[in-house]
Amino acid sequence: MGCLALIGMAQGCREGGTSVSEPVRIAIIGSGPAGLSAAARAAALGLSHVLLEKSDHLCDTIFKYQKGKHVMATPAMLVLRADLNFDAGKREAILDTWDRQMAEARVNIRCNSDVAAIEGEAGNFILKLRDGTATRAEAVILAIGTQGNPNLLRCLGGGLPHVQYQLDDPGEFIDEHITVIGSGDAGIENALGLAADPVQRNVVTILNRSAEFARAKKGNVELLTEAVAAGRMIVRHETSPAEVREGELVLDTRDGQETIRCDRIIARMGSAAPRARVESWGVEFSSPERDAFPVLSPVFETTRPGIHVIGALAGYPLIKHCMNQGYDVVEFLNGNTALKPADEPILEARFADLPQRRSVDEWLALIGANVGILHELSPLQLRELLLDSTARRFARDEVIFARHAPGSSLFAIVSGSVLVELDAADPSKVVPIEQGSIFGEVGLISGRRRGSTVRAAEATVALELSRSAALKLMATSPSAARELTRISIERQLLQIFGSGLTREDLAEVVAGSEVKTCRAGEVVLAEGETGQDIYIIRRGSMVVEKQIGGRTVFLSYLPAGSYVGEMALIDGTPRTATVKAAIKSEVIRLPGEAFARLLESKPELLRKARGDMTVRREVNAFIEGRKAGFSGAVDMYSATAQFLVDNGIGEATDVLLIDEKLCVGCDNCEKACADSHDGLSRLNREAGRTYAHLHVPTSCRHCEHPHCMADCPPNAIKRGADGEVVIDDTCIGCGNCQRNCPYDVIRMDSVPPKKPPLLSWMFLGLGPGPGEPGKGWRKKHLAPGAEQPKKAIKCDMCSGIAGGPACVRACPTGAAIRVSPEAFLTVARMDQAD
Amino acid sequence: MATVPRSAAQTARQTGSGHESFLRHARFRWLKVSAALSLVALIGYVAADTKPRPSGNSVMGYTLGTIGALLIVWLTLLGVRKRAMTRGAWSLKGWTSAHVYLGLSLVVIGTLHTGFQFGWNVHTLAYGLMMLVIGSGIFGVIAYATLPAALSQNREELTQAQMIEGLEAIDRQLNEAAQSLPREDIDLVLRALADSPLRGGLRVRLASNGTRCETARAIARLGSSAATPERDRTMTLLIRRKSQLDRMRRHLRIKALLEVWLYLHIPATFALLAALTAHIVSVFYYW
Repeated sequence: MGCLALIGMAQGCREGGTSVSEPVRIAIIGSGPAGLSAAARAAALGLSHVLLEKSDHLCDTIFKYQKGKHVMATPAMLVLRADLNFDAGKREAILDTWDRQMAEARVNIRCNSDVAAIEGEAGNFILKLRDGTATRAEAVILAIGTQGNPNLLRCLGGGLPHVQYQLDDPGEFIDEHITVIGSGDAGIENALGLAADPVQRNVVTILNRSAEFARAKKGNVELLTEAVAAGRMIVRHETSPAEVREGELVLDTRDGQETIRCDRIIARMGSAAPRARVESWGVEFSSPERDAFPVLSPVFETTRPGIHVIGALAGYPLIKHCMNQGYDVVEFLNGNTALKPADEPILEARFADLPQRRSVDEWLALIGANVGILHELSPLQLRELLLDSTARRFARDEVIFARHAPGSSLFAIVSGSVLVELDAADPSKVVPIEQGSIFGEVGLISGRRRGSTVRAAEATVALELSRSAALKLMATSPSAARELTRISIERQLLQIFGSGLTREDLAEVVAGSEVKTCRAGEVVLAEGETGQDIYIIRRGSMVVEKQIGGRTVFLSYLPAGSYVGEMALIDGTPRTATVKAAIKSEVIRLPGEAFARLLESKPELLRKARGDMTVRREVNAFIEGRKAGFSGAVDMYSATAQFLVDNGIGEATDVLLIDEKLCVGCDNCEKACADSHDGLSRLNREAGRTYAHLHVPTSCRHCEHPHCMADCPPNAIKRGADGEVVIDDTCIGCGNCQRNCPYDVIRMDSVPPKKPPLLSWMFLGLGPGPGEPGKGWRKKHLAPGAEQPKKAIKCDMCSGIAGGPACVRACPTGAAIRVSPEAFLTVARMDQAD
Repeated sequence: MATVPRSAAQTARQTGSGHESFLRHARFRWLKVSAALSLVALIGYVAADTKPRPSGNSVMGYTLGTIGALLIVWLTLLGVRKRAMTRGAWSLKGWTSAHVYLGLSLVVIGTLHTGFQFGWNVHTLAYGLMMLVIGSGIFGVIAYATLPAALSQNREELTQAQMIEGLEAIDRQLNEAAQSLPREDIDLVLRALADSPLRGGLRVRLASNGTRCETARAIARLGSSAATPERDRTMTLLIRRKSQLDRMRRHLRIKALLEVWLYLHIPATFALLAALTAHIVSVFYYW
């Protein structure tokens, strides 16, 4: 990289032992796309500047991408505004271009410069580097991204030179005693690499603080076990380093201290998110939530004047956004306040359909003023929110969304008002929601289908916030989160307990309610316990179990939107069954006494609760009766239900199951999947868990709260019209979703070449035949010179294909079925468990 | 104790019926259709009471022949249906169900079409081939109905690739463990290692019961030698290899059983189509 050559350009002078450079106008920390662009802009404007990079090359994150990786440039409609060029292409080409352009622009770069502290104030900051030197700057731009720094070895002697945090070439060490610290995949892979070749004669030890390698991939743990069995490596469980010395390492083991020979330490203990470091520099974050971002002014200034944050750390993970912000922030610092953000045309398009002609700024002001939960947002935050939202207008009586339609977006009423239909049978029973309020929050929080139909009461303009935008809003604005929680509890109560109740009736119950998060498996109600509180499942799902004849019997599965605990309240008896979380869930606890008073004052509500209770009792009695006579069937049903819940069916909305009493292993499901989707199969029939011949293959479950959506830079993962979770064309192939999916159902691959039609295969033997083509055929038939960007591939439930999921349609024996948990985990199954 | 709101019922977009096998598809719809068809054919055959005797070249004979020929062509098309992933609300399970039951009805329709006249000619050849196809199909139905559970039981959540990987892992360890053994023991282990369940054709797979298993022989021979720590370690690995091999052989055997009838069913179908063409052409040529 061109970096080392440029280091000399940083002019330094010595001041009493520590070297402090001459003050510059702008110090930019981090040389990712945002930092590079800012530095290039500063150089172009002739502002004195320095770009500080902690590693020895520019743009570390992209530098560490695998060789030849195709880097994408989304969003396509966003104009690039930077002094550097950027277009989708290979990692090498992009890095080369930037290196060359940085050199041409004579940007002042200092590599190997890790900033430890920022002292002073706006106009005179002193940036202390880890190597003991310091730099002075009038303003600071933080563009350090979210990658973070490796966790350091904190024991005595942790700073010795033979402790390293990276392993580039395991082949370069011979005859050494090497200790790897860290039980994640990085540590295991390093240790395996070091021990791979016996000719190197290394003695490799891996330390694991706990008793198992719980965080690592199964395959890696297997290879490790095998290497240990073959005597190629030593694993020390429940061991941590106590002191590093020259040539040896003192260990804290379960049985006391022990000293081993050690010439080199490779520490792979994960990395710390940069937040703590940034906060120690006086930058405030919007909330304590893990996914919160720094509080920023419209010119990217943080709560510490003079320090600016741009790029991924500010919540903009895409390269184009980062580069634009680098340009913008330097322009702002240079006094160009009239500069409009580069996303202005995108926002204009957002408002183009609305009847009133207003400028973007006017719309932003109106939205900020009218919508309650958006009052607190800065104009910059509002802009960002709107990039992921749509402003929509509805005519009077137009349906905004219908009951049972999938959807997890949140609506905010900018002007007008809407009506919520309470009773599907009687559209005249409605509750109004006024201007400035929100609706659609139940779908957002529960991840399930819409609970009621909402239609416009008059001509209405509403802002539809995508799920990701709404979640980001809740993470960044605590007041918005509080308001949303309050409204959602109230509405959920109204929805569950039906009409006849008013907001005022519920005021006492709502005021005493609290939201509780439960881990998977956490018990909410224990059988036999006394207590009168009512719980509403707001997110996630629960299972109800009962001890019958010394065994735990599965009674029912409860999705979000159900309530539990009314039996004890109405009868005053102890809890009749145990309710525990099937997956990580949230419940609303309603105080028993307040609810009892509500029941007393509303006889109709009491009648409804009693009715619900009777239905529930009948199911319990049925199962208990069966248990007496057909104990085996009930145990089987319980065990199967437990197996499915353990395998994440509790958070699924639609999952593929295979009845292995019918599956002949023809793999026609996989072939059909591939042939319906560009030749790539999104399911692995054979892999996955099986219990009692019920097999859960590796295939997407379309979770209520998809883990894959959590960290998608271009927000390419959406929920489609039938509730399916789909990845759209804006995927940049970063692989975050693949890493985040706990069920391993996402793969990264490029689209294979087109196959000849079926009949030419059948009669002429042309092409690879039905199903996913093999690697060899793909390589041979690749269009020469074509870029092969790998994108994330997963089941889309055959979205847009008439007839529905191909896997089920193509199963010759009826082994493949798609089910939703509440339809499948019912007593009706028990007969089939016989 | 608790109540599920009615709104929680999520509708799934599915084609075909729920959880039932191809034999029970749509409450035995195709069994009923096929039984009705056979019954109508039988009643027609008896009622027509063709003189001088029932045969293919009567009105009844031509009717049955046409139905039979159309059925055969349609049944053959299952091979295309299975592979052509077109859009639309079709279910291969429904097709399989119809294929099985309508195929069985051909026994009645085809036999009545012959008028029980058989001879050494192309007509009886077509009939014989049809019965062969149906017979092999019946074997297939039995295999499909009985073997899958055993296949699932045997693999215990392992995929075929994982079985191979597991065997390779054991083999690597065996290879290392055997290094310190005497020469003749090493030869035993090497012979065992060369013994792969993936080698050999269909016949070997179907018959594979592990009788000529080199791993079993190595276990027996090594077990009769004096025990040393190295031998013990090798023995443990050999026994693990043997159980893994047994599982893989069972896996391959069941898979082969699920497929073997197709090696008769499909070629016989094509032979049947040829014979059927010859049968039809000759009948019309000599009219």
